[in-house]
Amino acid sequence: MASEAEDPNRRDFLVIAGNAFIAVGAAATLWPFVDQMNPDAGAQALASVEIDLSPVKEGQAITAMWRGKPIFIRNRTADEIKQAEATPIADLPDGSARNDLLPEATPALDKNRVKDGKANWLIMVGICTHLGCIPKGQSMGDARGEFGGWFCPCHGSHYDTSGRIRKGPAPRNLEVPPYEFVSDTKIKIG
Amino acid sequence: MEHNSTYEPKSSFAKWWDDRLPIARLMHGQFVDFPTPRNLNYLWTFGGILTFCLVAQIVTGIVLAMHYQPSAAEAFNSVEAIRRDVNYGWLLRNLHAVGASMFFIAVYIHIFRGLYYGSYKAPREVLWILGVLIFLVMMATAFMGYALPWGQMSFWGVTVITNLFSSLNEIIPGVGTAIVEWLWGGYSVSGTTLNRFFALHYLLPFVLFGIVVLHIWALHVAGQNNPTGLDIKTKSDSVPMFPYAVAKDAVGMFAFLILFAWFVFFLPDYLGHADNYIEANALVTPPHIVPEWYFLPFYAILRAIPSKLGGVIAMFSAIAVLIFVPWLDTSRVRSAKYRPLYKWAFWLLVIASVGLGYLGAKPAEGAYVIWSRIFTVYYFAHFLLVMPILGIIETPTALPKSISASVLPSGSGAPAGATAAPETR
Repeated sequence: MASEAEDPNRRDFLVIAGNAFIAVGAAATLWPFVDQMNPDAGAQALASVEIDLSPVKEGQAITAMWRGKPIFIRNRTADEIKQAEATPIADLPDGSARNDLLPEATPALDKNRVKDGKANWLIMVGICTHLGCIPKGQSMGDARGEFGGWFCPCHGSHYDTSGRIRKGPAPRNLEVPPYEFVSDTKIKIG
Repeated sequence: MEHNSTYEPKSSFAKWWDDRLPIARLMHGQFVDFPTPRNLNYLWTFGGILTFCLVAQIVTGIVLAMHYQPSAAEAFNSVEAIRRDVNYGWLLRNLHAVGASMFFIAVYIHIFRGLYYGSYKAPREVLWILGVLIFLVMMATAFMGYALPWGQMSFWGVTVITNLFSSLNEIIPGVGTAIVEWLWGGYSVSGTTLNRFFALHYLLPFVLFGIVVLHIWALHVAGQNNPTGLDIKTKSDSVPMFPYAVAKDAVGMFAFLILFAWFVFFLPDYLGHADNYIEANALVTPPHIVPEWYFLPFYAILRAIPSKLGGVIAMFSAIAVLIFVPWLDTSRVRSAKYRPLYKWAFWLLVIASVGLGYLGAKPAEGAYVIWSRIFTVYYFAHFLLVMPILGIIETPTALPKSISASVLPSGSGAPAGATAAPETR
């Protein structure tokens, strides 16, 4: 039976409406199967940690855990700070401060990677930005690379005393996580 | 079923591909223009529904396995974590747990449909036997799956069912115990048992999938049975699978999914047992142990026989007897529609089976045991006596001339206006 109705007719509407219904239904059904792999409430509950810095003396470093990642915390010596501040930005392969609390365009000056008045505390995610190894430099006997900061033994990336990449395959400076000082000697990461 | 497929590759790529791996041609011939009897009723939608159930169980199961921990220490907690913490874990677990029940509802309807319309008769014996195998593997898979949450019912269900094999001690002393300890991997049900059950619970659905492929293959060799039980003789007896049978399957599927969703969202625990939310405890047996509802008829048969070994044999025979149905039924007529006596016998079997299901949930005492025995006797008598004898003594009513003659008014040929294809304008 040929239809005399003009295009678009009733059947076109039904087909489009039906297909749209199927598409929405399929997407709604699919989403739980995708979302189940995302971090659940239990994992998110561990998303922030508080760390007491008082036992870390000048020149010492500790490694904490945050979201399953190592967090490098170093109480830098005056010498190390001076060295980091003196480095001209032109010498840095990565010009961004990589501070999660600051815009990406922030220049990689040492003051942009620490808190005001707390320049001795350098706090970073201790994961090499090349392929995810953990750089050496936290323990006293570790090789610290050519720039006195950290050295990643996997593929030879050298970081300076501000955790900035200076030499080797790593593309970015070590990331500074979002953190704040909740008291003079205590930080909260995340 | 032999037919000339109308598959024509449209693009040059499709043609290139078709010359090398004609899978589109196969699918088109088997699932698009495959001739299906024009008189199929909604009971025939359960084949598609069951395929959906299997795929849904596999998909939700794989996802649950990403969060489940098959160890005695962590299993119970990990299932609780799935229900509470994992994103949409509550939904995925409910889909899987309710899905098992829905799978069995569908499979029981499917089996009884086959028994009513004589779908097991020549040339569909192998198709039927593959179906019985699917049923068996399904039961094994469901049983092992029920063990995984490691609640009280899981633990004691495993204990009781694996101990069935200890009845073999009555034949050769020691053999039963050896088998049971082999199944357990120890001297009692433990985390070791749970671990292997998890491995097998993950494996068996894929075995099931393979048998289902064979089942569908066998189905497509003989073609579908239909309410008249007659073969497709002329072109007007059949319609192409798409869109006719597919559309009908879709309607049946949506109705089924509404029921499915009702349980998933509103009664997720209704079909389970509350005791399974108590963590497994090897020192305390729950006061009233029952299997999941879909095992109850077989459980009732087990308890109806007053002998340990006899009960186990009867229970397994209740499934094994199905394999011989194609030869136990001596009638030349397939469909019970035209068998005035068998029709009654069929409904008696349904009553006996549902009755056994009810009794399996009741304590094994008093009148419950007596009724269990009566129904058990009928269950076996139906297959071993009623089927062979009725086929010989019964006079079937007149069969319609053809499938079309049974559904189209006054003789063959399509009614006026029915030839218009509404899908094209």
